[in-house]
Amino acid sequence: MIISIASGKGGTGKTTVAANLAASLNQPVTVLDCDVEEPNLHLFLHPEIQSREKVIAPVPEIDLDRCTFCKKCMDICRFNAIAVTANTVVTFPELCHSCGGCTVICPENAVTEKERILGTVETGTVPLPDMNFGQGLLDIGQVMVPPVIRQVKSHRAPDQGITLIDAPPGTSCPVIAAMKDTDFVVLVTEPTPFGLNDLKLAVETVRLMNIPHGLIINRAGIGDDAVYAYAKEKNLPVLMEIPYDKAIAQAYSKGDLIIAQQEDYKEKFQTLYKKICLLADSEKCAP
Amino acid sequence: MKELVILSGKGGTGKTSLTAAFAGLKSSLMLCDADVDAADLHLIMAPDVQETHDFVGGNEAVIAPDRCTGCGTCLELCRFDAIDENQGEYTVDALNCEGCGVCVDMCPESAIDFPRKTCGQWFVSHTRFGPMVHARLGIAEENSGRLVALVREQAKKRARDAHIDLILTDGPPGIGCPVIASIGQASAILIVAEPTVSGIHDMKRVGELAAHFKIPAMVCINKFDLNLDQTRAIETIAREKNILVAGKIPFDPAFTKAMIQIQTLLEYDDTCPAAKAVRNIWETVMTHPAMKLERLM
Repeated sequence: MIISIASGKGGTGKTTVAANLAASLNQPVTVLDCDVEEPNLHLFLHPEIQSREKVIAPVPEIDLDRCTFCKKCMDICRFNAIAVTANTVVTFPELCHSCGGCTVICPENAVTEKERILGTVETGTVPLPDMNFGQGLLDIGQVMVPPVIRQVKSHRAPDQGITLIDAPPGTSCPVIAAMKDTDFVVLVTEPTPFGLNDLKLAVETVRLMNIPHGLIINRAGIGDDAVYAYAKEKNLPVLMEIPYDKAIAQAYSKGDLIIAQQEDYKEKFQTLYKKICLLADSEKCAP
Repeated sequence: MKELVILSGKGGTGKTSLTAAFAGLKSSLMLCDADVDAADLHLIMAPDVQETHDFVGGNEAVIAPDRCTGCGTCLELCRFDAIDENQGEYTVDALNCEGCGVCVDMCPESAIDFPRKTCGQWFVSHTRFGPMVHARLGIAEENSGRLVALVREQAKKRARDAHIDLILTDGPPGIGCPVIASIGQASAILIVAEPTVSGIHDMKRVGELAAHFKIPAMVCINKFDLNLDQTRAIETIAREKNILVAGKIPFDPAFTKAMIQIQTLLEYDDTCPAAKAVRNIWETVMTHPAMKLERLM
């Protein structure tokens, strides 16, 4: 069972939900932080990192002794990552999407692929019973986010286990890479005009991907009722409400879990998981 | 001409509300919403759209079943796992297609079409604070960086034509491709940080990004009274990294109330403590040397 926590908008409480849900389950769980531009889950779960691996993308290197400057590599590259002049070839690794087109098309076998580092994936365990942890970190200045996310996701729990994915904000390639092939998406929103606007985009995205989904309304009471009306109109199940509470905001600011401060929330997050199980493909749910 | 880009690393720290509040503090400026993925500035600015343009962001491979012989070359070559095979029938999974065109060029039967794809729209609008350029990226589309670059280019061009000397840009969250596209050649960035462990972590990353691209950075702390220890930590980090702390805004429900009324903070309540803090931050930011320097754009 793989559950993604997403939101469209940033700052709605994705990480809060992911961390507290993970720590409330009485079963083995793997949590993966796929917000690789700004991973924050580790600040709440304090994992012990046991291994680090680089995320590597192949980029072309041209053997100028073999190159006949035929320009086929430049012509096949849709990302302007190769420029061929009369007697030299310049590559722009930061524009390369690693499609391998230049390697395949070169008639002289003059293109080899060298490795470019996009970021790091770290894995380890959390000092709580049965919790594995993984996160990706995009290197500063790099733009290729989806490969880093895909590599984090390769560390998901074995077949019967539960995997929770903390997704990045937005509705474009990074969040698609994070939500793809997951069994359920929890959309976290806040009841404000910004929250509603971004929720609508997120709902369109999840529906396009055809993944079962439900809603958590965080900071309930801070804004207006429009989010509730929208949920009703679109048949979006509201799985949980977390009221606006200064104590919760302060706990978050220090990196504390809600369940560590307010005991009753552990049961609320367990109920949340049960509701998810009812809405997701039941065969995927661990007993 | 000068451009101030409001960033935060993390989403939800108040970038858009602050950008909106700033908009009323100068008589002539150009607004630019560079968060094309989840644009929100229009919710306060209520723009009157004057121009709508399609954003054609790339191409997408489509296999023509009548010409496909099922040789499997495309499946073999695609590095993005975008070709699906089902009982000898090959199709492209649009969600995975990167638009590289390798399958198109290498198909021995020329059975793969490569139509251009409209990935979103961009707009030029009137608002009560001046002109605004903004956009909406289509759901699940790529190339948000290119759309951000286009929106900023248009904002500059139109500001130049209208003799407007300041562009105020609401930036996207994160540190990836849209953010990098939003800061190139900006006069300065203002980071909105919140005093939380994640707010600090994200502010550091976006600060490093600005340093990497040599863009002068300032920081302001929103909801500073939520956690005074973390606020002090931000001030210390900023000092170490030579980032000016432009000011601190107290937690104030007026921001949310203003948003619901489709108003900026200053329109909603000109006298609340947050409004006073916003004015002071604006003064500090505008007198920063980086904002005095005329840049050729």
